[in-house]
This record gives sequence, structure tokens and C-alpha cells, in this order.
Amino acid sequence: MAERTLISPAQLGRPRGKFLYWSVLVAVILLFTLVFLGPLYWMVTGGLKTAQEYAQSPPTAFPHSAHPKNYSDAWNIMDLSKLLFNTLYYAFGALAFQLVFDVAAAYSLSKLRPIFGKVILGMMLATLMIPATVLVVPQYLTVLDVPIVHRNLINSPWVIWLPSVTNAFNIFLLKRFFDSIPRELLDAAAIDGAPPLRTLRSIVLPISRPILGVVSIFAVVGVWKDFLWPLLTLPDPAKQSLNVGIYSLAQGVPENWLIAALAMASAPTLIIFLIFQRNIMSGLTAGSLKG
Amino acid sequence: MSAPTLSTSSTPSKPDGPGREVPAYARREAFTSALRRNISAHGFLIGAVLCFSFFSWYPMVREFLLAFQKTEAGKTSWVGLRNLKYVANDPAFWQAWRNTLLFTGLALLLGFVVPFFVAIILNEFRHGQGYLRLLVYLPVMLPPVASVLLFKYFYDPGYGLFNGILHFLHLPEQQWLQSTSTAMLSVVIASTWMNMGGATLIYLAALQGIPGELYEAAELDGAGLFSKIWHITIPQTRLILSLLLLMQIIATMQVFAEPFLLTGGAGPEGSTTTVVYLIYQYAFNFNNYGGAAALGLVLLVLLAGFSAVYVRLSRDSED
Repeated sequence: MAERTLISPAQLGRPRGKFLYWSVLVAVILLFTLVFLGPLYWMVTGGLKTAQEYAQSPPTAFPHSAHPKNYSDAWNIMDLSKLLFNTLYYAFGALAFQLVFDVAAAYSLSKLRPIFGKVILGMMLATLMIPATVLVVPQYLTVLDVPIVHRNLINSPWVIWLPSVTNAFNIFLLKRFFDSIPRELLDAAAIDGAPPLRTLRSIVLPISRPILGVVSIFAVVGVWKDFLWPLLTLPDPAKQSLNVGIYSLAQGVPENWLIAALAMASAPTLIIFLIFQRNIMSGLTAGSLKG
Repeated sequence: MSAPTLSTSSTPSKPDGPGREVPAYARREAFTSALRRNISAHGFLIGAVLCFSFFSWYPMVREFLLAFQKTEAGKTSWVGLRNLKYVANDPAFWQAWRNTLLFTGLALLLGFVVPFFVAIILNEFRHGQGYLRLLVYLPVMLPPVASVLLFKYFYDPGYGLFNGILHFLHLPEQQWLQSTSTAMLSVVIASTWMNMGGATLIYLAALQGIPGELYEAAELDGAGLFSKIWHITIPQTRLILSLLLLMQIIATMQVFAEPFLLTGGAGPEGSTTTVVYLIYQYAFNFNNYGGAAALGLVLLVLLAGFSAVYVRLSRDSED
């Protein structure tokens, strides 16, 4: 039996309560489907309409006739395969970098406890206090000419991958999870002579699968949704991500094609979401509720 | 140098009885093992620390330097508060702040209050809760360009869906993004649709942690529905409510993508120019990095206060 909520079970059990409950439920389900699924329906069907039907006023709820060719035209003209590939490349590259560097850092800060570890963690967490958009300008100037190595990272995938590692929130999530792994487990491995890397690989990582999943999803979705940073740092149309590419092509293509392109651009993250919805939603609450 | 802790050293600890001298070789061994441990620990840290140094910490320092510097013909000089004076004298400065505060206010009204009541209603349902949760969170997963351009079409005064609906209901049609009086509200509506899923799910999780006995006790005292919400639901979720309030203030004051994509940034007569869009303009349209940094510093000082309270509260909530 679930915990009782605002309205008492006795009240709900009465005929009036039952009637109210079901009518409110049905109304909310209809309203939510309309509000949240409606636009997606409109997007998918809008991509099927002809240009004339699309520009019609008032808009039509069902396309008079379906034109799936809009989708393939939009795919080819806007070169969506390239945009999609670029975005995947950036997202999974960023994921790899975050998994390697952030997990290693969190493991070190949580279990190896190096000297100055607290200071380093504090400095990482301090970056959460600086509004991200404030840093965009100095970050942009930095990637134009990275100090010491003097490289220009504009238009290269590194400009997405390396800054994505500076995700203090992910490090914080990982560290908190690692903190909860019992000391004795790691001590046992240490007594058996396992070096830290082996302990990380064969003890810590297998236990941490849930949090690694959450961090991975956040990492991929973060890159997939980002707009301002790739807009500034990937000006070459051949290197652009989906968001930026579609934005810069939006002016020059017929609207029904653009709508079809939006539907195709939305599909990957929606599919990821439908597959991993349980992990995503629990990760979201775990991340913000703290315990 | 921190004292090497025995439990983490890789050598098994020697039985040191009370009063027994620790031999020199044991101390040396403890020192080398602590050194080895620190070298490997810092080895694990190095990748992240380098990335933070280049792409986070150094830009943070640079933001402060830029705000007080001017670069002309390759020469950098200190100009004190002149950058700040320059941006403050720009009429767009005050308009951008007014717009940003308006956006934050409207976004809190819609994006903070609405999800709370949605969560309260969803929490009462024994059926279909999974489906409803899925629906609210769906837009959060869309690429922002898709949802924003979608709304741009809905707002179209000619053949847009919204005016179609208003027409059908025999209500006066609106100019939406084209009019100074409705442009910002239109941006807020789109932004709320895109982002309310996260807040709703967090509220739901918080509501599920409220012990049912509290409601029972309140009912015995004759409390009605609204007094139960006021005296139990809100106080019980106060911490999450205040955390989300701070988080949303911090996020909405940095709004950029929505107005940029919906109205090109400025909107009719600058009615949707936000502070971050102004920073973007200074840096990337006017090439005035000093002005952009000075403006950024103002935003930073304002939001740092909120951020500090946020970090403090979330740390307290952990204990």
C-alpha cells in the first residue's frame, strides 16, 4: 500500500470522491496529452504537408495527403546525416572524456584522498557558483588561443570535448556515490596488493553502474541540447552540430521541409529518453534532491 | 603534509604497542607509501585538473581581468571602471535588465508555481502517473532548436496554430512575438513548456516523501484541502521549494537561447533583449570584450549571492 497523500482514502472511496477522482484524472490526461504530445504530433504531420497546405489559415489538423518525400528532401538538402553524425561524434566523445577524467578525479578525491584534495574539490565546486553564460566570453577567447600550447581549437571536436570535462556537478555526483562504497571493500583489495587503478576497475566501477548511467545520460543529453557554445565555436558548416546547423539553415528552406527536419532532429533524444526514461528520471531526482 | 593514515597505506600496519618507539625504517616506509599514494592520487586527478585549469579556472580569472582592461590595436591597458561606465550608459543596458527581470518574474510565476500544482495533482493519482510524468518530461529532451522553432510557427500571426485556436474560440487574435506587449510573455510560455518537466519531477519526488500521518492528523483537526496544502505540503517541501526557486532564478536570469531563437535576440523594439544577449552582442557583434566582461561581472555579482545560498542550502539538505 502506497503512502497516503493529500486526499484521504475514505474521501476517495465515497461515490462523489470516486466520480471527482476519475473526472479530474481523465481531464488531466487529455489536457497533458494535448499540451505535451500535441506539438510533437503537429511537428510530425506538419512535415508531411505540402507547402500550400502548410501555409493555409486556419491550419489543418490532419494532412490532406501525406508527402513522406518532404522528409527525404529535407534529409538530403540540409545534409542531416552529416549534422547528425557530427552531433553523435561530439556527444559520445564528450561522454568518453567525462567518463575517464571525471570518474578518475572523483575516485581520487573520494578514496585516495590526496594532499590538497579538499582544495581542488572546493575549487571545482566553486565553478558551480559562476553563472555559465558569464564564462562564455573568456572561454571563447581561451579556445581561440589555448595558453601554453598555443592552439586554436575553433572548428575542432576538442572545443566540445575538453570543456565538457569541467562538469563539477558530475564529479560531485560521482564522488558522493563513491563515498558511500564501504572502505573495507577497498582496503581488502589494497591488502591483496591491488594497485588503485585495478581497484577502480574491478571493484568501484561495477558497483557504480547506476550512477555511471546517470552521468552518461546527462553528458550525452547536455551536448545534444547545447546551443550557444557550439554556435560560437563551430562556425564551419561542415563541422556544425544539429542545433546550430538547423538554425543556420532555417532561413533558406521551405517551412514544411524545416518542420520535417525538426522531427528528424528530435527523434534520437526522444528514443534515448523512451528507452532510458526510468534511469533518466531517477537520476534527475537523485541529482537534485541530495539523498 | 597530512599525516599518512594507516588504513590507506598499502603496507599492513605494524603492531605498535603503547610506549613502543616507532623504528626509523618504519617511519621512512610510511613516508614513502604516503608519497606513492599521493603520486597515484594526483595522477588520477591530472586530466580533470588540467581541463578545469584551461577551460574553467583560467577563464574565471580572465573574466575579471577583461572587465577592467581594454585592448586596442593589440595593446592591452588597464581602464578601471570605464568598461562598466560605458555599458551602463548604453540605453540597452537598463532595458536588458528590465527585460531580464520581467522574464525571471514571469518564468517564476509560470515555471515555479505551475509545476508545483501540477505535481500536487499528479501525486494524488493512483492511475496513469507514469504516463503523465513521461509527458511532462518529454519536451526537456527535445533539442532546443526543435522546440523553439516549433513555437515560432505556433506564434505565427498569419497561419500559426495559436491564432487558429483563438480564431476557433472567437477570441481576438494576437501578434505574439511581433508586438512589444506580448513578445516577452510569448518567450516565457515557450520556455516554460520546454523546461517545466524537471521541476515537476523534483516536486513529485519531494511530495512522495511527506509522511501520510501528517495529513491524517490535520484532518482530525478539521483541516480542509487548502489548509492541508498550506500547513503541511508547503512546509514539508520547503527545502526543495527554496532550492528550486534559487536554481530557477539563477537559470532564468541567464536566458539566452529562447529569445535568441524566437525573436533574433532583440525582439520588437528591443523588448526581448536580455542581459546575456547584450553580453553576446558586445562580444561577438561589437567586438567589445571589455564591455561584455564588465556586463558579465555585474550579472556574476548579482547571481553569486543566490548561488552561495543555493550551495549552502543543498549542503545542509545533505546532512
